[in-house]
Amino acid sequence: MERVMQTETKIRAESGIESGPRGPGCSLRNFACEQNLLSRPDGSASFLQGDTSVLAGVYGPAEVKVSKEIFNKATLEVTLRPKIGLPGVAEKSRERLIRNTCEAVVLGALHPRTSITVVLQVVSDAGSLLACCLNAACMALVDAGVPMRALFCGVTCALDSDGTLLLDPTAKQEKEARAVLTFALDSVERKLLMSTTKGLYSDAELQQCLAAAQAASQHVFRFYRESLQRRYSKS
Amino acid sequence: MKETPLSNCERRFLLRAIEEKKRLDGRQTYDYRNIKISFGTDYGCCIVELGKTRVLGQVSCELVSPKLSRATEGILFFNLELSQMAAPAFEPGRQSDLLVKLNRLLERCLRNSKCIDTESLCVVAGEKVWQIRVDLHLLNHDGNIIDAASIAAIVALCHFRRPDVSVQGDEVTLYTLEERDPVPLSIHHMPICVSFAFFQQGTYLLVDPNEREERVMDGLLVIAMNKHREICTIQSSGGIMLLKDQVLRCSKIAGVKVAEITELIQKALANDQKVRKEGGKFGFAESIANQRITAFRMEKAPIDTSDVEEKAEEIISEAEPPSEVVSKPVLWTPGTAQIGEGIENSWGDLEDSEKEAEDEGGSDEAIILDSIKMDTGKVSNIGSQDAPIVLSDSEEEEMIILEPDKNPKKIRTQTVSATQVKAPSKKPVKKRKKKRAAN
Repeated sequence: MERVMQTETKIRAESGIESGPRGPGCSLRNFACEQNLLSRPDGSASFLQGDTSVLAGVYGPAEVKVSKEIFNKATLEVTLRPKIGLPGVAEKSRERLIRNTCEAVVLGALHPRTSITVVLQVVSDAGSLLACCLNAACMALVDAGVPMRALFCGVTCALDSDGTLLLDPTAKQEKEARAVLTFALDSVERKLLMSTTKGLYSDAELQQCLAAAQAASQHVFRFYRESLQRRYSKS
Repeated sequence: MKETPLSNCERRFLLRAIEEKKRLDGRQTYDYRNIKISFGTDYGCCIVELGKTRVLGQVSCELVSPKLSRATEGILFFNLELSQMAAPAFEPGRQSDLLVKLNRLLERCLRNSKCIDTESLCVVAGEKVWQIRVDLHLLNHDGNIIDAASIAAIVALCHFRRPDVSVQGDEVTLYTLEERDPVPLSIHHMPICVSFAFFQQGTYLLVDPNEREERVMDGLLVIAMNKHREICTIQSSGGIMLLKDQVLRCSKIAGVKVAEITELIQKALANDQKVRKEGGKFGFAESIANQRITAFRMEKAPIDTSDVEEKAEEIISEAEPPSEVVSKPVLWTPGTAQIGEGIENSWGDLEDSEKEAEDEGGSDEAIILDSIKMDTGKVSNIGSQDAPIVLSDSEEEEMIILEPDKNPKKIRTQTVSATQVKAPSKKPVKKRKKKRAAN
């Protein structure tokens, strides 16, 4: 079985930087996740989607500055650092999107007047960066033991010029696409937590992408479940 | 977040252990922690782990105009960032001292030692040179940041490949990665920093201090050396007074350590090059140890999106069209129309309250008396605003639309009263508007 897996992945690698031909249907790239890899943060996770890799560290619930404290819930702060250069406006907007998603699921009311800080570091960017950041943030929050009402995941769809839907696009596919849509979905009912889109698309295409993202999120949540089962299993 | 202070008993324990030549993690005095180097898929990207201290390094390049004083040399730029996840105390505004010290040391070690040949980075003298930028991010702080950072920087520089450039007379051609293989940078030697921590005024010395040992140390001596035993930088901080033979001893130890570390780096670079050439799997995904229970992988997963179009059509057909958000405009007179409720135009109120105090003030008062919720503050406010307050019910009759061809003063009243005329049909709304106008 191992040899079969190795040859399959070798074919994939030989086709170059792209993760290979996807075939008629869409597919998600190889996922990998490692939790608790940093000793200082309360929770940490490294999430890899193909060649895109994001490292997330969570501190919390911890002390909060009086200027930032909220009397009845936890203050959630998200920081995203790019690999090269100083953080700019794109990072700020992504931070806000991730923060809004996290605030919707984290049970902040259980820890009033505290701060929960999520720090994300882009380790490599090869497409679907925001979705990878969301996934890494979720796994890091789980590792830190922050109470949440649901897990969440990020899925990116790209629509190319002839309307073909691509899930989990690579950097090249994103650049050539007509529209790139990223959705954050929750694990309980696959409801939409956050959506951000770039480009031109019709409302029918939006609903199609959303339905495809919901189908993809099932796989992501299964991945979460299996990786946590592996971690907490007794065997 | 504030740094958790080190307790006195912990400090005493560490110092006593060091006096007895014992370290918390069982190392010997001159032992380094395990160094692990992993590379990413792009050239110039690496993660170095020195024990639990983790540094991410990335090298990037750009064509820029050279500095005026050095027209034939490329530009090197180093940036070490202490990420907020590395330690709770590293907040964006708070780490300037340590950050400046580390950055300066790194610059001296790499730039002033001339380990990179900057002349080779020149493309067109005086016009175009390569700017090489090294970004280092500290991901986890478990002591000895400078050693880990210097290893990450030199490994990333050795691993990096810049695009090939050819100059033919006046024409400069920059080849993309697909056209021609990228070329490595020309590196003369690999300077690596080795840190020595001193305790009890220089009596005891430890190599590669971890975070706890750094907290209790008196001073730090950093020696940057290459494998040819050439010292690139020496820095002693903390105000410890060292004897000459102590410094010499440290440099000898550093020589040994640097040789070991350089060998490790060469091995890692050669390994990565071999894997890439053979077409095997490379990148961070491969460096995740599969045996750990905290790591998990999933192969490429195909998603069935065949029913996506039907689902989408279903949703769109079932969705109701949005309700009328904008109500039809109500035309009061030619030139004056109203869409939606809107807040009352308080400009008109103020002007009218000064000039036609009877109208406004009276109606204000009438409503104030009606509404129970108004507090005294607001009442006094209105009282001061309108000097003569006439309480008369006949105000209601006066608030009737006047003809448009009357003088402007009347028209102004009319526009205000138009909304007021509308308001009586919705009494509570009117009261709220009045409150707002009063505020």
